[in-house]
Amino acid sequence: MPTAASQGGAGRVRRSLVTLTFIGPALIGILIFLVYPLVAAVYFSFTRFDMFNPPVWVGLDFWEYVLFDDPTVRIAAKNTLVFVLLMVPARTVGALLTAMLLNAMKRSRSIYRTLYYLPALAPPVTATIAFVLLLKPGTGPVNTLLAQFGLEGPGWFNDPDWAKASLTLLALWGVGDLMIIFVAALLDVPQALYEAASLDGAGRWHRFRYVTLPTISPVLLFATITGVIGTFNYFTQAAVAGSVASGQVTSGSGIAGTFGYPENSTLTYPMRLYSIGFGNNLFGAANVMAVILFVVSMTATIILLRRFKTFSGGDS
Amino acid sequence: MQRLLNRRTTMMVGIAAALAVVTACTPTEAPKPIATSGVEPTGAVELWHFFTDREAKALDETLAKFKAKYPKVTLTVKGGQDDAKVTTAIGAGTGPDMAISYSTDIVGKFCAAGAWVDLNPYLQRDGVDLNAIPQVARSYTEFRGKRCTMPFLADAYGFYFNKGMFAEAGLTEAPKTLAELSEMAKKLTKRSADGTIERAGFLPLFGFYENSPSHFAPMVGAKWLNDDGTSAIGSDPAWKELLTWQKELVDWYGYDKLEKFRASLGDEWSADNAFHKGKVAMAVDGEWRMAFLKDQAPNVEFGVAPLPVNKAERAGAGYISGNVIGVSRTARNPEAAWALIKFLTTETDSIVDLSNGIRNVPTTTAALTSPRLTADPAFKVFLDIFANPNSGTTPPSAIGPGYQETFSEFLQGWQSGTQKDLSAGLADVDVRVNKMIKLAG
Repeated sequence: MPTAASQGGAGRVRRSLVTLTFIGPALIGILIFLVYPLVAAVYFSFTRFDMFNPPVWVGLDFWEYVLFDDPTVRIAAKNTLVFVLLMVPARTVGALLTAMLLNAMKRSRSIYRTLYYLPALAPPVTATIAFVLLLKPGTGPVNTLLAQFGLEGPGWFNDPDWAKASLTLLALWGVGDLMIIFVAALLDVPQALYEAASLDGAGRWHRFRYVTLPTISPVLLFATITGVIGTFNYFTQAAVAGSVASGQVTSGSGIAGTFGYPENSTLTYPMRLYSIGFGNNLFGAANVMAVILFVVSMTATIILLRRFKTFSGGDS
Repeated sequence: MQRLLNRRTTMMVGIAAALAVVTACTPTEAPKPIATSGVEPTGAVELWHFFTDREAKALDETLAKFKAKYPKVTLTVKGGQDDAKVTTAIGAGTGPDMAISYSTDIVGKFCAAGAWVDLNPYLQRDGVDLNAIPQVARSYTEFRGKRCTMPFLADAYGFYFNKGMFAEAGLTEAPKTLAELSEMAKKLTKRSADGTIERAGFLPLFGFYENSPSHFAPMVGAKWLNDDGTSAIGSDPAWKELLTWQKELVDWYGYDKLEKFRASLGDEWSADNAFHKGKVAMAVDGEWRMAFLKDQAPNVEFGVAPLPVNKAERAGAGYISGNVIGVSRTARNPEAAWALIKFLTTETDSIVDLSNGIRNVPTTTAALTSPRLTADPAFKVFLDIFANPNSGTTPPSAIGPGYQETFSEFLQGWQSGTQKDLSAGLADVDVRVNKMIKLAG
């Protein structure tokens, strides 16, 4: 006769098996596509690895090189940090303001919504090429137009002082993907809360600060975290912009020759990671950079989660 | 406590298992042994290359002749493949039997790592005479005694000048020395009243189109690497001579003015190329520019010449590079792959066909002098540059183009004026490059 305790134990095992069966496929995916690459990157960062032969253990050599010996890594890291500080707030605030304006419109709202969303559908390479050509000093229509008003346009993508701002403008132009999420989030804010706030004498700013912002804070958190992670991985637009602006549009590994143009001002951390790995064959160093990028992204995400939790009263 | 120990043990076992999986998943497959002499190539073989459009068609025509000669070989060809794809595919064990790369920068890595097999045993077995290939092409296709590639046509870089502008300025022939180049550049430059450059006689900025230190190095015979593989940039006085000359010309124009002018120019590969549009009167470029000019700017009257040099005895020099072809270590049919390489890189008729079709420089002495080779006087200039012993190339290195990129980074600061100490800057380049070379092993 099985005892009640043994029956309970068997039940627990059965329940655990059922649970495992349900989460099994996801677990396998996480193991293969997250845990394995992560462990592999950490391991390869301590080895000399050429992708063709078994890795050779070299200890901390590549860590020392990336952290202390390669000044280009520092330039790339600094640029990426500036991009995070410029692009994430610009895109988030830009998308929120656009969404609020669109929601406040009485007529033709859907037409404008479509118009503002359209740039987000453009492939990044095409959009970047078009943007660089529009802003090209001397021949681009933007500076030509400015000249009509007696203004001398800046060098945009060709000027190291303007290149980051130009890329931020490009990011802002393609803000439609985020805007559409904010439009949905703003429509979800209960009207009753606004009415109650108005009855309490709250003005526009107070309604926005104490009703809108806390209600849409999960979406703000999503926008900020995905923005930060996306900008830490910023590659395509910076690489294409440098290549087109330098006048040497090229492809394949040859593109690394124009990375960072002008004067390394647009060289991002992932671009240096790519060139150090695939260009200079220092895959150990590339893996060190990948591990650091993961740790920094993870830390930023955790900090943001905690900050938002405080901001929204624990709901995020 | 016991529970904590169990958790730690489980964690340690997990990490050990993960590491075991990681190390087990790295490629270790060894290349196949070569067959004995006289074995007829048969079976399927796959070739990847980077050519597209007109050039791919020209290659296909030559490959058709290979198929006719070796009917037992089934050839699959994939165009438009770049080096990164080839590298990844070979590393994953799914690469093609053979590939053509557009860059000699991969030679050091592919030879050292054995991604492409050493062709010396095949060459010796079949009695191929490598002396039929000029030294410069032999040098960029081998690394540390391993010949893992063969030259598949070459590019020769020389000097282009606009004949109309020359006539207008009373000049009759291309500059032969760096001093003449500076003098002519100044004479041919046009500025507006406020000093803005309207036309540059010669745009001396590194990073503009084909103005790279590698393409300029043969002007002074500058050396990249020492015999032991370490950087020679800081110790070779030729670099200082070249950079001092370049900076003087940049300063004559004004760096900011040059950058502003450069920003207004069209893309190198488009019909808006500055030389096509008459925005620059002289330029350093490859032999393929002639085909672009013929196609995109047929009205431009241009002349070609070897690069201007620092000393008379260096006359006739230019920069040489080229495509390379090799057999993957994971090749399923290396014998058929080698047969195709031999056909494409050592048989005079094939090389001449490819050169006539793609309009690159042939890479054997016999092909260079073949009566079948279509070579007008302008193309002949580049054939002579290729054969000239003063011409130079960029040597293969375990860090690929890492030494050139590190140097180019310094040059950005040098030409803009933020880096003022040339000797210290070049010494720093040496330190950085040597560190990378040491790490690459």
